[in-house]
Amino acid sequence: MTLVTGHSAALDFAQPDPVDLSSGKYVKLWQGPQHPGITGNMSLELVLDGDTIIECKTHVGYLHRGFEKLMEQRTFIQNFTVVCRIAVPEPAFNEYLYAAAIEAISGVQSPPRAQWLRTLNLEMMRLASFLMWIGGQGGAFGQYTVANWSLTYRDYVLDLFEEMTGARIYHMYMVPGGVRAGLPAGFEKRILKLMDDTDKLLDQIERVMYNNVVFKARAKGLGVITREMVDPYGVVGPNARASGFRRDLRKDEPYLVYDQLDFNVISGSAGDAYERAYLRLQETRQSVNLIRQVIAGAPSDGPFQADMPNLLHWKVPAGETYVKAECTRGEYGYYMVTDGTEIVRRVHVRGPSYTHAIALMERLAVGTNIADIAGLMVSLHTYPPEIER
Amino acid sequence: MMSELLDRLVRDFGVTDITERPPAITTLKVSKENGERLIRELRDREGFTHLNFIACTDWIEDGIFRLIYMLHNYDSKQNLGVHIDIKRDHAEMTSIHTLWAQAWTYQRELREMYGIHFPGSPRLEEDFCLEGWDAMPPMRRDFDTAKYSAERFGHREGRVSLVPRDHMKVQLYPNRGGDES
Repeated sequence: MTLVTGHSAALDFAQPDPVDLSSGKYVKLWQGPQHPGITGNMSLELVLDGDTIIECKTHVGYLHRGFEKLMEQRTFIQNFTVVCRIAVPEPAFNEYLYAAAIEAISGVQSPPRAQWLRTLNLEMMRLASFLMWIGGQGGAFGQYTVANWSLTYRDYVLDLFEEMTGARIYHMYMVPGGVRAGLPAGFEKRILKLMDDTDKLLDQIERVMYNNVVFKARAKGLGVITREMVDPYGVVGPNARASGFRRDLRKDEPYLVYDQLDFNVISGSAGDAYERAYLRLQETRQSVNLIRQVIAGAPSDGPFQADMPNLLHWKVPAGETYVKAECTRGEYGYYMVTDGTEIVRRVHVRGPSYTHAIALMERLAVGTNIADIAGLMVSLHTYPPEIER
Repeated sequence: MMSELLDRLVRDFGVTDITERPPAITTLKVSKENGERLIRELRDREGFTHLNFIACTDWIEDGIFRLIYMLHNYDSKQNLGVHIDIKRDHAEMTSIHTLWAQAWTYQRELREMYGIHFPGSPRLEEDFCLEGWDAMPPMRRDFDTAKYSAERFGHREGRVSLVPRDHMKVQLYPNRGGDES
């Protein structure tokens, strides 16, 4: 069997010849679906030659609950209890995009205050998700102290979500026409205090994790995504930015109030696991900064919800749209088709993990040492539920 | 810029139904026969190097599956949705797995969820989400989830299945939603 490597191989999607397991030279190993080194319930079917992976197949389906089918049988408002469950660590992007798709088709415009509050909610979500990811990446390389620190701070962010929305994980806060509530009294002060503490935490994490010689030795050179691979493999978000692309939907196709915020697109060049990890640390800091800007700029009064029809009988006009937003892993999108009834005709959820965890992962795993497969997988930051929907 | 491109696509590929849709996408329709050639042209010559996704809508009343290939041009920031209608009773489409690595995953999913075939697409027959599924592809509109569940898993004493939209209107809000309009 020939391992496909190098520049010219980026466009070679040919499937390798099957490995002859009966030869006794190889071992088949399943990583997941129940394994601390797997990101959620999916599994990697690995074939090893010694301790080197020579074949990888991603298996999904363990979380398949038929969300897209369910949505075709419920009213538009009922689907809010469904969409937030599609990406467990990042439900807010599903809420926002589902609401934005309905608004695009029906012509509803949410008021300015709602747009600021939605931006705040999404950046808090980004911060919580990155803090969870840091824990996963640290844990994959044996740094459980860092995981405990960052997950504690994620919980502090969830405390604020609870104040803001009434729920810690599945908020159902962003609805068509706006959001369900304004900010509670004293919220601004508490979130700014947490942002100051988070800055200090991130400095500590950088010292302990990113300067650690073992982390550097294992992450540098691991899972290199070359520039040539980015478009053919549909790579987006931090995975593409770490390979030298300055692409970020918040800048390239601004939505909500991102065109009123001051930030730059962060990019790297090496395209390996360390570069991706360091880029995400910088983007976590950027998210802290954006939260401060939103708190400073958000109007404190005014409507947060547009006038809406009776949601029990709401018939969204026939139409079609595709809306997208930059989540922590890149382009997250909702494609929606309506037919003028009170039920959506079709919703397709486009999650970045769809390509990162399958086509890209299967390619990058080949040639990797078995000990590094968990670190590689976490470095791609994938969430299986958004693959299966 | 976009209008020049669209004029050329009408002339060279016979595209129809060009529609601007909010917030920022253009959709167009092309025949099944010209579909793969058009998508290849858009990728190689027009800068639409990003395949956002491939999806399908079942228009059972018209007897068609509508495939949508969503493409993006990173330089011009344009979003283009290519519609291709195929017959439900002969659900087959040319594979584009040589254009993007993730395309064959989408095609594998469409085979499983809608029963659409893409001859030549790698690992097409491998299960995607549904291990050992032997019933009608479940995303087809005529697949009845409640009926399948009753037949497959049987009735359990005390379990009641309700249609969500009727339940909310009639039982939860009888004075606000029942038969009011």
